[in-house]
Amino acid sequence: MRNEECKMTGAAPWAGFRRWCRVVVGLLGVFLVLWASTSALAQASAGRSKSLADTRLELPSAAQVADVLLLRDYNTRVVVLGTMLLGLGAGVIGTFLLLRKRALMGDALSHATLPGIALAFIVMTRFGGSGKSLPGLLVGATIFGGIGVACVLLIRGATRLKEDTALGIVLSVFFGLGVSVLGVIQKMDTGSAAGLESFIYGKTASMLASDAKLIAGAAALTVVGCAIFYKEFSLLCFDESFARSQGWPRLLLDGAMMAMVVMITVIGLGAVGLILMIALLVIPPAAARFWSHRLGPTVLIAGGIGAASGWVGASISALAARLPAGAIIVLTAAAAFVLSMIFGVQRGVLVRGVELWRLRRSVARQHLLRAMYEAEESGSAGAGVGEVELLRARSWSRRALGGGLRRARSAGEVEPGDAGRWRLTEAGRVAAARVVRNHRLWELYLVTHADIAPSHVDRDADELEHVLGAAMVEELELLLARDESRAVVPASPHAL
Amino acid sequence: MHRSLKDDASPDARSCGAAEPSSESGVASLIGGAATAASSPCVASGEEHPSSSPLSIHDMTVAYHRKPVLWDVDFDAPEGKLIGIVGPNGAGKSTLLKAVLELVPKASGRVTIYGAPYRRQRRLVGYVPQRESVDWDFPVSALDVVAMGTYARIGWLRPVTRKYKDAALAALSRVGMADYADRQISQLSGGQQQRVFLARALVQDAKVYLMDEPFAGVDAATEKAIVRILHDLRDAGRTVLAVHHDLQTVPEYFDHVMLLNMRIVASGPTRDMFTRENLQKTYGGRLTLLDQAAHAMARGIANSE
Repeated sequence: MRNEECKMTGAAPWAGFRRWCRVVVGLLGVFLVLWASTSALAQASAGRSKSLADTRLELPSAAQVADVLLLRDYNTRVVVLGTMLLGLGAGVIGTFLLLRKRALMGDALSHATLPGIALAFIVMTRFGGSGKSLPGLLVGATIFGGIGVACVLLIRGATRLKEDTALGIVLSVFFGLGVSVLGVIQKMDTGSAAGLESFIYGKTASMLASDAKLIAGAAALTVVGCAIFYKEFSLLCFDESFARSQGWPRLLLDGAMMAMVVMITVIGLGAVGLILMIALLVIPPAAARFWSHRLGPTVLIAGGIGAASGWVGASISALAARLPAGAIIVLTAAAAFVLSMIFGVQRGVLVRGVELWRLRRSVARQHLLRAMYEAEESGSAGAGVGEVELLRARSWSRRALGGGLRRARSAGEVEPGDAGRWRLTEAGRVAAARVVRNHRLWELYLVTHADIAPSHVDRDADELEHVLGAAMVEELELLLARDESRAVVPASPHAL
Repeated sequence: MHRSLKDDASPDARSCGAAEPSSESGVASLIGGAATAASSPCVASGEEHPSSSPLSIHDMTVAYHRKPVLWDVDFDAPEGKLIGIVGPNGAGKSTLLKAVLELVPKASGRVTIYGAPYRRQRRLVGYVPQRESVDWDFPVSALDVVAMGTYARIGWLRPVTRKYKDAALAALSRVGMADYADRQISQLSGGQQQRVFLARALVQDAKVYLMDEPFAGVDAATEKAIVRILHDLRDAGRTVLAVHHDLQTVPEYFDHVMLLNMRIVASGPTRDMFTRENLQKTYGGRLTLLDQAAHAMARGIANSE
């Protein structure tokens, strides 16, 4: 791996391109799988719909599917674009929220908006308004969201309670307060309060063009804000005390970051609801971490996953009208997360598993070749090496040895001799000589240059020259040749 | 309370008492008036700090939640020296650095960097926080972290341009890490991470460096590399204050030493101040194990003179 990276620095632009290709292909794959499963679901429900009349989902015909996908229908267009932009904005600011280790702050914040919405409704009805004007409700939500965050910071700062405790208190108390005030509203004589509950679970399907525009504005502000504060946010998230020692104003930057979170959260309440809003802030960035080790790409990928979740989720819910869009969007994001966790190119389970498996294979092969070579070298085995001797050479099981021999045989590196003994083939001897040479040079390097070795050692390096430099390898080879106790220098079968 | 604690501990414990006669050579040469400084060493301290000192701490007291961590610290750093800050756990070593950097509030006292308050002299100060203070799983490369040292110079809202990236790369190669520039920081060993932190301070090109345990948890190769860099910095006239834990290597690494245990027990040139008595005052009964070693070392230094 290290060797590979050495080579990569030599051709840096290509390496970057290749890495991006892997990410793009991987992400495309994830969404392809999502789409495939969606249409499979739709078809399955189509097949069953006649027999199970009670529970049937509304069946999308091919024409309907095409309508939704191509955004032909006006309502669908509004909803899909709105949720996409919401996902984009939430994914982008969510990345910084996650890296600032404040993921749950978004949850406390969204729950804290409920009493604000309810109180705004009361105030507006008292002053003769309709009570349901969206801007008014959102102002109330923003104020209480801000109060909620302030309460968390206050509890944490003024007492010795930890942040999670403060979050738990604020989240539940504010939500409880909101539910109580909603109860009061139900009893009010003016109360045409029906619909306020939609802020709890969200009501995507009823999104208006004006709502979508509001979301577009908030998402644009968030993306632009994160772009201009990119450097400052990344510094603050990574190393707060260093940032402060350099004179960056922590409160201002944190304030800007939380303001964007509040904005996206409040705007998103109507779409996915205050309970599920946290999912859009947290899941896309968490999924994005499986695709990249760099901040810039992580932010972009998180935004992309958020947007794609909004798009796919809203489309599914448009096709099957009984499925609530907010929940479907969140589930889509969760599916993207699971797929990222498995297939992600950076730390996905699959990639890591394959890497580990490859490493084990390669180590086993090297062990076998070395054991064979050293057995032949010691001269006791002119007619090949017996399995018993090989078993004694290392602590491997008979099965592992058998598998290794089988693989080496099909690779043409060993061949069976007489009486169940094994011989290196000509090609195998070349490969084994190389392995043994590298192994011995490494050993010698560790012995003679122990102080600088740890930063260079890469036991899997096939070409030591890449890691150590040709001059160093030459010097080591001379040392190896001179060393009396190691009279068994591999007679090099090829030009080294 | 305040006074009695100070007096009981040892009358000559403060920096002036024990340290002055010997540290005078360093400080006095800077202010250029050796005679006057030597004649009234103790009374002057706290009043007349040389304005040219890279770091002057005047009677600083720091408290967390009403519990004092540092009492009446009074200290002038001699310019162009490596200064080791040594003391037991909880002695307030990190807090001292953080208070100087205004990361924790001071209950009283004043700190100046080359005669002016820290907030006007930030550019002159490089800070290496403890390695454990950050999340090394953060999605950035080694080069990105080092480039953070240039952000203050770049200023608000402007992107990190090629020029600053080159500076960061140069700092990385100074600590022998140029090959790892593109490596994600979680894939670095502890020693390599520490070098990245050091490079981030180097790229600032500061005149005073404050380092919080730069040798904590690093391999021998890295320790050597860091010591070499510290010596380079000193030779270039920079002043370095480093919190250090390993008493064995103090005489080897540091020209000056500050023995700290909630207050300054002694400070001055290592060969004068790094003595058995001073260490015992700093560490109290806890030193028994280290006692012999320190004694042996102190003798070793005396012999080599």
